Amino acid sequence: MIIRTAGNGFQHPTTSDITPQAAYLGRRAWLQQAAFGAGGIALSAWAVRDALAQTGTPRPGKLAPLSGARSAVAGAGTMEALTRYEHASTYNNFFEFGTDKADPAAKANTLRTRPWTVSVEGLVGKPRTFDMDGLLKLSAMEERVYRLRCVEGWSMVIPWVGYSLSALINQVQPLGGAKYVEFVTLADPKTMPGLGSNVLNWPYVEGLRIDEAMHPLTLLTFGMYGEVLPNQNGAPLRLVAPWKYGFKSGKSLVKIRFTDKEPRTAWNRSAPEEYGFYSNVNPDVSHPRWSQSTERRIGEEGGLLAKRRKTLMFNGYEPQVGQLYAGMDLRKFF
Amino acid sequence: MNRVMGHGLVKPTLFLLCLLPAAWLFWAAASDQLGANPAEALIRSLGDWTLRFLVIVLAVTPLRVASGLTAMARWRRMLGLFVFFYASLHLLAYAWFDQGLVLVAVVDDVIKRPFILVGMLAWSLLLLLAATSFNRAVRWLGARRWQLLHRAVYGIAGLAVLHFYWMRSGKNDFAEVAVYAAILGSLLAWRVWRRVQGSRRSSLS
Repeated sequence: MIIRTAGNGFQHPTTSDITPQAAYLGRRAWLQQAAFGAGGIALSAWAVRDALAQTGTPRPGKLAPLSGARSAVAGAGTMEALTRYEHASTYNNFFEFGTDKADPAAKANTLRTRPWTVSVEGLVGKPRTFDMDGLLKLSAMEERVYRLRCVEGWSMVIPWVGYSLSALINQVQPLGGAKYVEFVTLADPKTMPGLGSNVLNWPYVEGLRIDEAMHPLTLLTFGMYGEVLPNQNGAPLRLVAPWKYGFKSGKSLVKIRFTDKEPRTAWNRSAPEEYGFYSNVNPDVSHPRWSQSTERRIGEEGGLLAKRRKTLMFNGYEPQVGQLYAGMDLRKFF
Repeated sequence: MNRVMGHGLVKPTLFLLCLLPAAWLFWAAASDQLGANPAEALIRSLGDWTLRFLVIVLAVTPLRVASGLTAMARWRRMLGLFVFFYASLHLLAYAWFDQGLVLVAVVDDVIKRPFILVGMLAWSLLLLLAATSFNRAVRWLGARRWQLLHRAVYGIAGLAVLHFYWMRSGKNDFAEVAVYAAILGSLLAWRVWRRVQGSRRSSLS
């Protein structure tokens, strides 16, 4: 029988060779420091963004979940990296809460989104007032990842949750004379501090031609990033027409009216030479005070040094919506 | 009090204080603290600080006269150069982060947007004043001509407010513009008033 000892066969390390447990555990701390330390902040942010881009829509965990099935509508998906929720929910325009893009997130907590009704009226066969429960159940929720291009020259990519506005329109049966749809948004001076200023006429009114409103890409939107809309983004429901500048998509809708005349929209009333009724994203038609040929994608990798992107005709939705404007002079109908 | 203000450490301290906004913005930009649109935040903050320093430098003389602290006159040139410093950073940030340092793009933009043209004009005048800010320039130009040239600062103030006004006209939001216009306007009005008083006094004697 062979009896092995330290001096024969199996080499036992001496006590001094053994890595102390503290040092062994300490390497984890060192790794964490590398990830979160001063130099690592930017790196770890990129890593997180990368991870998010790969797993689809992350739920930010801030509000009630509202999920939608992946949409089958053409143009409703994009492979582009999503804008971070923290950016999409803190940097936007909602003048009812102030003109600074940080104002909505700071002040919209006063908005009361229940009870909430939307009256659908005007030239329709079946005018109706919907409550939120009725609206949420009206059609199956879909998730659609749309590019959002603001008239100011910045853009985002946002996963919205909702259904095509056409589903609602079909319920009320527009009459033959209905050529336009007017969207009236909430104007409540008690909860909206921005109404005290006269930068625009309140309530904020927007509009679409009826064929634009019926287009499957036009989304009646209840949520984003798998959760209900934050107040600052237009809770409890808003419109999203992704081929138009962002201001065309009214927030916190209270009334949808069918008319035979082109609605007098808020920005068009305020500055008709700058903001046309159509306001389709168009890199070739400049705003009178700046070019629309490029845009800054919010949260683009590279931060300050990221290059501006080329703006796409109809915000990249030309294959889907181009035929709506066939034969129209888009310089005249800007 | 005059002796305290004239102390050798006051001016260097003031110099460092004037650098603080730039240092803070640099740190915030480097550590991603400028929010969703850092380029916009940086360009606008630098513009705000240019306006603030313009207010500060034009307030020196009225404050000096009101307080009798003659030592304050020695800060004027340094504060004026800080207006130029922040205006230059503002221009650089715009040319770099908005126009990708492409000269043709900047020129195009100047032609296309009147408010950019006005800003550029104001900066060009500031450059002229900064270039003639040292003692020898006063001797070359002669005190009278130098003083006349440096009155351009009132034109610069007007152009800066117009630049800001046009930029804000997109949102019809002129509250902040009105604040700067009112302050700069009253600093100018004080000078006009003093001039009228002075000539009245001299015509009486």
